Amino acid sequence: MECQECQKRKATVHLTQVVNGQKTEVHVCEQCAKDKGYMSYGEENYSLNDLLSGLFHSESPSPFSSQKAQSYQQASQLKCPTCGMTYQEFARIGKFGCADCYQTFDDRINPILRRVHSGNTRHDGKIPKREGGNLHLKREIDDYKSQLKQLIEQEEFEQAANIRDKIRTLESQLHQGEGGE
Amino acid sequence: MSLQQFINEAISPWMKEEGPDSDIVMSSRIRLARNFSHYPFPLIASEELLDEVMTFFEKEFKHQSFRDYEDFEIIKMSELQPIEKRVLVEKHLISPHLAEKPDHSGTLISQNEQVSIMINEEDHIRIQLYFPGFQLDKALEQASQLDDWLEEKVDYAFDEKRGYLTACPTNVGTGMRASVMMHLPALAITQQINRMTPAINQLGLVVRGIYGEGSEAVGNIFQISNQITLGKSEQDIVEDLHSVVKQLIDQERRAREALLNRSGIQLEDRIFRSYGVLKNSRIIESKEAARCLSDLRLGIDLGMIDHIPQTILNELMILTQPGFLQQYAKATLNPEERDIRRASLIRERLQLENED
Repeated sequence: MECQECQKRKATVHLTQVVNGQKTEVHVCEQCAKDKGYMSYGEENYSLNDLLSGLFHSESPSPFSSQKAQSYQQASQLKCPTCGMTYQEFARIGKFGCADCYQTFDDRINPILRRVHSGNTRHDGKIPKREGGNLHLKREIDDYKSQLKQLIEQEEFEQAANIRDKIRTLESQLHQGEGGE
Repeated sequence: MSLQQFINEAISPWMKEEGPDSDIVMSSRIRLARNFSHYPFPLIASEELLDEVMTFFEKEFKHQSFRDYEDFEIIKMSELQPIEKRVLVEKHLISPHLAEKPDHSGTLISQNEQVSIMINEEDHIRIQLYFPGFQLDKALEQASQLDDWLEEKVDYAFDEKRGYLTACPTNVGTGMRASVMMHLPALAITQQINRMTPAINQLGLVVRGIYGEGSEAVGNIFQISNQITLGKSEQDIVEDLHSVVKQLIDQERRAREALLNRSGIQLEDRIFRSYGVLKNSRIIESKEAARCLSDLRLGIDLGMIDHIPQTILNELMILTQPGFLQQYAKATLNPEERDIRRASLIRERLQLENED
């Protein structure tokens, strides 16, 4: 059958359209299907999805290890209380349903994140101004702490004492903030 | 409408400007993925909730301005014709994924078309910012400020451990995709790019052709972007990308010089043949057009052709795509008709330069 749009290539896409209750059949080639909007032109996304859900499935253990199988069983019964997405569904589509899914599947997603992000599982970038809460403060304290460790190793005790005082001030700020809530 | 008028309206204002290293880097882009904390992600959210998100953006951001990004216009996917959507995709203002979504999604576009904030794509919010040439740092700085501006009104889904929460685990953390579009004809002709790609991949960066399928890069246009979004700061990611792009620029310049020294006349022949094809053909497929445009652009960069502006490649790569051709023709065209239209549009465009 030849494509009804270009009348040149072979029709490889066959669709049934229902417009206002009227049924029409469409036979077009792949090129025309894309061009005329019969078919989506974002196939790349799908292959990425497939790849991803493949990653999740490789999490499933071999049938020989019963302990792992049991934990997998438990995981597949996990269900997000907010949006209702189950772990199984998540593994199939490779997408989370809502922000709370990250909490719900927390125990299970580290291996996936590690694989996708070169071994990383923790955020180390921007913190939003409002939603970030006192995270800015915590981040600053952590930075000073690693500085402190370095200074002690280098036996720079005077500077180390300065940094320690800074940490104390920030920590008291942090506790005040938390106590006030 | 005259061709000049059509082009003026079709090409985003920022694209007509020249940026740093714009002989090789066509544009720099930062994309940030963000979500509301209290709505399910678009994939599973109900129509009512998606509508609520759209209405929120319309109410809060329509006709608002932030610094250089003035008078945001809201465009609803439900109100667009397929060709109009396609044109927005070809201008890279929306993603193909957004164009597929018929309802409850849209985009906010600044008047200068440098910023597009996609709503209810895979994530609730996708902030996209473009700069001409090689300006990643500036793009990151401005994107981050736009992000702060949105955060004044949006409660972001953020987690101390995982960062900005996104629908897909490949975006979680910074939610950032930084990318640079590069024209690398000499590295492609000498096939050096294929040898460099694996090393670049090892740094957590991806090289791919933007036009064409698979590993093929039609028009020798490549996009370099970060793959990793978690565990590294935005600045570090951009710095890594920056240093790789810097090296690619150096390598491309060196390869151009070597080509010119070793086989100057062959290169000149190739460039002028392509110029001849563009000036004279009556039917041209998009692949051939892209190949010839790449050669023409190289000829301009090397000073062999001096009466045509550099931006012709950026401009015609966009204008000769199916959506634009059909918009210009104001009709639906089959592939053969498009090839004819494409040839005549290119001829007319080149003629504009000869008239000046």
